Amino acid sequence: MIELKDVHKSFGQNEVLKGITANVEKGEVVCVIGPSGSGKSTILRCINGLESYDRGEISVEGLKVDRDASSIVNVRTQVSMVFQRFNLFPHRTVLENVVEGPLYVKKEARVRALERGRALLAQVGLAEKADAHPPQLSGGQQQRVAIARALAMQPKAILFDEPTSALDPELVGDVLGVMRKLADDGMTMVVVTHEMGFARDVADRVLFIDGGVIVEQGPAKALLNQPQHPRTQDFLRRVLHPL
Amino acid sequence: MKGFWHDAVEFFPILMSGVVLTIVVTIGSLLLSTVLGLVWAMMRVSGIKALSMLSASLINVIRGIPIIVLLFYLYFVMPDLGVTLSALQAAILGLGIAYSAYQAENFRAGIEAIDKGQIEAAQSIGMGWWLTMRRVVLPQAVRIVLPPYGNVMIMMLKDSSQASTITVAELALQGKLIASSTFKNTNVFTMVALMYLTMSIPLILLVRHVEKRAGKK
Repeated sequence: MIELKDVHKSFGQNEVLKGITANVEKGEVVCVIGPSGSGKSTILRCINGLESYDRGEISVEGLKVDRDASSIVNVRTQVSMVFQRFNLFPHRTVLENVVEGPLYVKKEARVRALERGRALLAQVGLAEKADAHPPQLSGGQQQRVAIARALAMQPKAILFDEPTSALDPELVGDVLGVMRKLADDGMTMVVVTHEMGFARDVADRVLFIDGGVIVEQGPAKALLNQPQHPRTQDFLRRVLHPL
Repeated sequence: MKGFWHDAVEFFPILMSGVVLTIVVTIGSLLLSTVLGLVWAMMRVSGIKALSMLSASLINVIRGIPIIVLLFYLYFVMPDLGVTLSALQAAILGLGIAYSAYQAENFRAGIEAIDKGQIEAAQSIGMGWWLTMRRVVLPQAVRIVLPPYGNVMIMMLKDSSQASTITVAELALQGKLIASSTFKNTNVFTMVALMYLTMSIPLILLVRHVEKRAGKK
């Protein structure tokens, strides 16, 4: 469903992606792990065209991702994104945040969009916050609103860019819980994360990325429990046993 | 200050006719400068090189010409080019154009202060450039831009007196005419100053109110 073929990307002199080739199948949950600066987030940002890529090809459901083409709007309405820093619209209420895309991009009927927006807020456990403004919510609540906003577009896949990295530790669970439910419902997900527990329990597949290349990939449990490549072993040892 | 109250009563109606024109010029050029300033600012942040360079040079040209010269140009030179403007039209146009440069820079600063994450979030739900501006960026930029905008309003009110140089009989010119025909300089210009102040104070209070509200957010 999402295909990357030999994708290269440089920021100035710095080549951050050095030939990434990967597929994500429909209904699959893929976690992308790796040290910071390895290019994990850049991959996600290239998939929905927030970032351009220099070489290779990315396609979503057969549609080429080209951020300068008008088709990019199609790609973005099919692939939603959840950001590390939530990026909710602070000047609109929680419910308005959720229905913004359906109303103004997809031009859905107001009554229907609002009804579905409320249902989505209920799904992420925030029905009673519909009329609050984002700055009044905790980080965990804001991120769940952001997930509802992504879902409101009725996407075929959702990209998560370190969705719990900006959260206080005690709020991480709520967000991961919502994501796990999504995975159980069959949503296609690509998750850049440092939450190894989530990767192990929820992901179908894990990609380990370092230095702009996929160093190792495989079924989540196998890769996380018995990593083959020395760099993967080293990385996991540092993350799981920092002391 | 001899006979100030007597003079005040006598000159008040004439000066009030000047006040009316002062208000017309101020509001007219404020509206024009806002619209033009928005256009320049949008061109500047459009991401299209030609537009942004055109806007940058326009702003620099406008900023580099004194208001009074701009007014002379519109009122005295344009007729030679076949465009005749009334004094009032030339005043509003000149002040509006002159201030559009400052407005544009103010608006641009407001737009660029919006977190890039906001723009990415808008893009990620499929919004194009214009929709992102309209629904996400501009509504947030307004809060940043409003306090300096209030200051522009006050400056505009005072600078509208420059319209007197091209015969618009606004408050400053009416004052000058009365003063030169009656020689009561002190009383007349004290009245003129007080009348400008009276018009500024509500604006100053408005700015303070807006700044307080913006600070709370």
